[in-house]
Amino acid sequence: MSLHPEYSGTYAYKWEHLPNMKLSGLEPLEVTAASNFVNIGERTNVAGSRKFLRLIKDEEFDEALSIARDQVEGGAQIIDINMDDGLIDGKEAMVKFLNLIASEPDISRVPIMIDSSKWDIVEAGLQCVQGKCVVNSISLKEGKEKFVAEAKKIRQYGAAVVVMAFDELGQADTYQRRVQICEESYRILVDEVKFPPQDIIFDPNVFPVATGMEEHRKNAMDFFQATRWIRENLPGAHVSGGISNVSFSFRGNNIVREAMHSAFLYHAINEGLDMGIVNPAMLEVYDDIPKDLLTHVEDVLLDRRDDATERLLEFAETVTGTGKVRVVNLEWREGNLQDKLTHSLVKGIADFIEEDVEEARQVVDEPIEVIEGFLMNGMNVVGDLFGAGKMFLPQVVKSARVMKKAVAYLLPYIEASKTENRSKGKVLMATVKGDVHDIGKNIVSVVLGCNNYDIIDLGVMVPANKILAAAQEHQVDVIGLSGLITPSLDEMVHVAKEMEYLDMDLPLLIGGATTSKVHTAVKIDQHYTKGQTIYVLDASRSVTVVSDLLSDKKDGFIENIKQEYETVRTNYAKKKGFKKFLPLAEARQNKFNIEWKAEDVATPKLIGIEQLSDYDLNELREYIDWTPFFHTWELRGKYPAILEHETMGEEASKLFRDANIMLDKIISEKWLTAKASVGIWPANSINDDDIEIYADDNRDTVLHTQFGMRQQLKKAKAASNVCVADFIAPKESGIKDYIGGFVVTTGLGIEKKVAEFEADHDDYNSILLKALADRLAEAFAERLHELVRQSYWGYESEPLDKADLIKEKYRGIRPAPGYPANPDHTEKPGLFELLNAEELTGVSLTESMAMMPAASVSGWYFAHPDAHYFGVGKVKTDQVERLAEAKGIELKRMKQWLSSNLADE
Amino acid sequence: MNEIREILKKRVLVLDGAMGTMIQRYKLEEEDFRKNWFEDHPDSLKGNNDLLVLTRPDVIKAIHAEYLEAGADIIETNTFSGTTIAQADYNLEKAAYDINYYGAKIAKEVCEEFTAKNPNKPRFVAGSIGPTNVTLSISPDVNDPGFRNTSFNKMVEAYSEQVKGLIKGGSDLLLVETIFDTLNAKAALFAIEDVQTELGTDLPIMVSGTITDASGRTLSGQTTEAFLISVQHANLLSIGLNCALGASALRPYLQILKNKAPFFTSAHPNAGLPNEMGEYDETPEIMADQIKTFLDEGLVNIVGGCCGTTPGHIKAMADLAANYSV
Repeated sequence: MSLHPEYSGTYAYKWEHLPNMKLSGLEPLEVTAASNFVNIGERTNVAGSRKFLRLIKDEEFDEALSIARDQVEGGAQIIDINMDDGLIDGKEAMVKFLNLIASEPDISRVPIMIDSSKWDIVEAGLQCVQGKCVVNSISLKEGKEKFVAEAKKIRQYGAAVVVMAFDELGQADTYQRRVQICEESYRILVDEVKFPPQDIIFDPNVFPVATGMEEHRKNAMDFFQATRWIRENLPGAHVSGGISNVSFSFRGNNIVREAMHSAFLYHAINEGLDMGIVNPAMLEVYDDIPKDLLTHVEDVLLDRRDDATERLLEFAETVTGTGKVRVVNLEWREGNLQDKLTHSLVKGIADFIEEDVEEARQVVDEPIEVIEGFLMNGMNVVGDLFGAGKMFLPQVVKSARVMKKAVAYLLPYIEASKTENRSKGKVLMATVKGDVHDIGKNIVSVVLGCNNYDIIDLGVMVPANKILAAAQEHQVDVIGLSGLITPSLDEMVHVAKEMEYLDMDLPLLIGGATTSKVHTAVKIDQHYTKGQTIYVLDASRSVTVVSDLLSDKKDGFIENIKQEYETVRTNYAKKKGFKKFLPLAEARQNKFNIEWKAEDVATPKLIGIEQLSDYDLNELREYIDWTPFFHTWELRGKYPAILEHETMGEEASKLFRDANIMLDKIISEKWLTAKASVGIWPANSINDDDIEIYADDNRDTVLHTQFGMRQQLKKAKAASNVCVADFIAPKESGIKDYIGGFVVTTGLGIEKKVAEFEADHDDYNSILLKALADRLAEAFAERLHELVRQSYWGYESEPLDKADLIKEKYRGIRPAPGYPANPDHTEKPGLFELLNAEELTGVSLTESMAMMPAASVSGWYFAHPDAHYFGVGKVKTDQVERLAEAKGIELKRMKQWLSSNLADE
Repeated sequence: MNEIREILKKRVLVLDGAMGTMIQRYKLEEEDFRKNWFEDHPDSLKGNNDLLVLTRPDVIKAIHAEYLEAGADIIETNTFSGTTIAQADYNLEKAAYDINYYGAKIAKEVCEEFTAKNPNKPRFVAGSIGPTNVTLSISPDVNDPGFRNTSFNKMVEAYSEQVKGLIKGGSDLLLVETIFDTLNAKAALFAIEDVQTELGTDLPIMVSGTITDASGRTLSGQTTEAFLISVQHANLLSIGLNCALGASALRPYLQILKNKAPFFTSAHPNAGLPNEMGEYDETPEIMADQIKTFLDEGLVNIVGGCCGTTPGHIKAMADLAANYSV
């Protein structure tokens, strides 16, 4: 319902025929119908922030810049800059500050709002900014002539404009005046100045409420209604406002102010407010506002009762305070220096570490001794607790963060005293070429780092030559390779071969989700005879493996590995011998036979593709399957039981809490953007294994042919040799069947945050964020599948509960190319093209067909009630040859792509 | 000049290639840069190529003719550095207006000859407006990031003089090119609007930015899309990319422009990247092959060459472009 009597419901954008407003800093900002609300940072404003004013007056520009930076990092999509103060030269300050911002890419990436009531300051500002900015503001206050002249200039400078509801009679303070001035301003701008309508933003004046003055009672309501009128009647125009004004009379009572801001925004956004100057720190989550407080606040905002102000004032007395109080127990600060450092390391507390390390530095001769003595003593405690199973990975990673901070603090002193670096050894870590997954690799790096090994981390997508060159350059002792997708296995083989070729003899560690002892022993080990290849199951094993390799136990350790791998190879060969395979033709005869009936095939509501941009992360949160999240952290148990687990429960709960706090921020500060492309097309299976996908229901234009892989292992009686094409009605059946596809991502925007954490030596949060992004991507895939079943395809009417969703108790499957049901990664580009995925979702494919960003999921939808998940397993050369030929890929390449599935090699 | 818009709706137009590479072939000496104009100028002028439109118009006209012969539809005036700001290096601020006026005039003369010969293929003069050698968004002093050695107003003034010369000399189009700092380009566009209002003209404007490295950003840090948005307020004929990278590296950024820009698009890349000797070694065939992928994908409406390209390159492109209609 609308607060404006003439309209109903929440505002829906209706000017789709006009271009969107586009602004730019170093990066673009497009305000679309789906943008919901663009928040404008307000703290770089001398009129609004005493601190900022002081910094500008004292020419402390570095700190002034950090205020701007904080706002951008805190999620401001535009920053407002205002230098209107009698005590400073506003024009000079504006120019200076904007020039400085231009040199700070992490600030200037967002558009600037040049805020001044003085035209000469506005114009000086416009001359300093390369991006498309916003002028805040102009108005009819001093007559039409000045208004037109300024608007023309702004258009010539290529900026958007905020227009205040102000004319020669004064500031608009009623609904009628707001509407009348905005309409007049709009007509002048659009008709006379030829100003692009989408670049006009109205500020219909946010005035305080609950002031005790009768004439202020309708201030908020008038704003809401005027907002609605503008959005409904002035094509393309936007509405913005300075939100904190509304709570002016409650200065000093942040609880009430925060509630007021949130409630005001909630109602204003419903009426069409799409931009606003806000302080994100002064906002409460609307749903978290205590019900009684909310009622009182809304009584005032919506002018619901005569005594609303008195009642809120009275109620406000009972909620004074500054909100979220934290009780911190600092007793441990009383202990001796070693105890304090150990406590910080074990508990992962970074607040005092620099202070304590400095104190330690004062009592030793050489700064390195702080590391070797105090800090290593502390880390040994961590190591012992971890080894004894009394600390868990998430805690160890936090300890490492503190350790890194301590070392970073000491480094300049150590370098100054030129003491030799006495680490236990150097380990090079890399995710191989073509692969972007690095959570596991980062965890191993951290754990090894904690154990005083030097880590050279080359990051992701690292080609073999770079790995080997870096190994030689840094004189490392061990090389560790990681990868998640199956083509990475082949790349690891390649690295091993190159090491052999270069006569290297360094130990080579292999880890990552698709790697295995069998693969390492059978496929990699044999190519690298000069050194030893070792499979490492998880991070906690990595420490013992590396320490054995670098100790005098090395020879015995390697001898054991060699014997073990020999046994693995023998068993593998034996087992392989037992398995019988069918020729492809016979496997096809034993296909999974569906009795095709028209009533089992649902006709989809959507044909073609649809984009979901900026999907609500808050909604996805409900769809997260937490069990794999805990596995990432080597806490192996099922959620939610793991939270109650006897030994892991406490840590799992802490991790779960940290994850949820971060999720709150990911959502409220928009760290990540979720996008998807989903499509459904007419399709029929052909030639047993393939699926023809058609442009429309005439079925004469083939958009794409998906080539399927079929199980060839000889099965027990009654079991079929399945291929995904079996789930789609054959062309000759005459049944009109369909197939769907999707790409989702929740990884957009992650690099920036990760880089921030890494710059802060904060591996814990960096890994946490990546793990959460992965979970959100899976959640998005689950949610999208539900939407497909319920709406786009529309064959499911009863919503399932979340537990059933996670158990996948629904009709239809969503297998991903490159995974068991169709292990062929080269099927991805076709899917991506059908969905126009790169453009619509921002997800691209690496040369190894890994999706970038890593937090992405893709797949096909099959809707037949009998469709089910299965694994293709090993296939014979005849099938590889047929795929190579059908797809026009060289046989050698095809074998490489399917190397994990070849039965004959 | 709506003629060119109509033609662009039907076919791909070809811009000319490098001027510097061609001038080198003439092995000109100091006196060539002074002849009749700057005989007594105290500073050395060799290498100030823009002066040749005054001192050796025969050479510049011959080069224009070679490109038109090769099939170029649009030739650029030899005025890339024709601002008081860029000429200040030679203490020749006073020559700025003449460079532009005569630069446009001689280009126009050659174009008219070719158009007369074949009226079905009209030729156009694009007044070339370079980025100058200063930046409005970047401090020249690393220790003082807030410092600037010029101002927006000074640049508008310098560009206004250049634009006035180009228009009065007979340019058909204005080409703001090799943009490494968008704010410089915005000053040029600001000046163009001022001058066109004053002269009552409405020449179509082409804008061409430069992506300096694999990050896909301009030197001043903008992404391709942010760059587009920042200049989109001017009603452009076309937007595109030139210089810095070779053709193959430009492709992803051209795709962005094609998808996002409400204008025609252009590309005039270098003949690859310079080798160790500073030479460009992509042959006409190699370059045409890359341009072909642009045309196959419908990425560009105007193609041409920047550093290292020759009439051979332009001919290869023109032959190719003839196969494409829009």
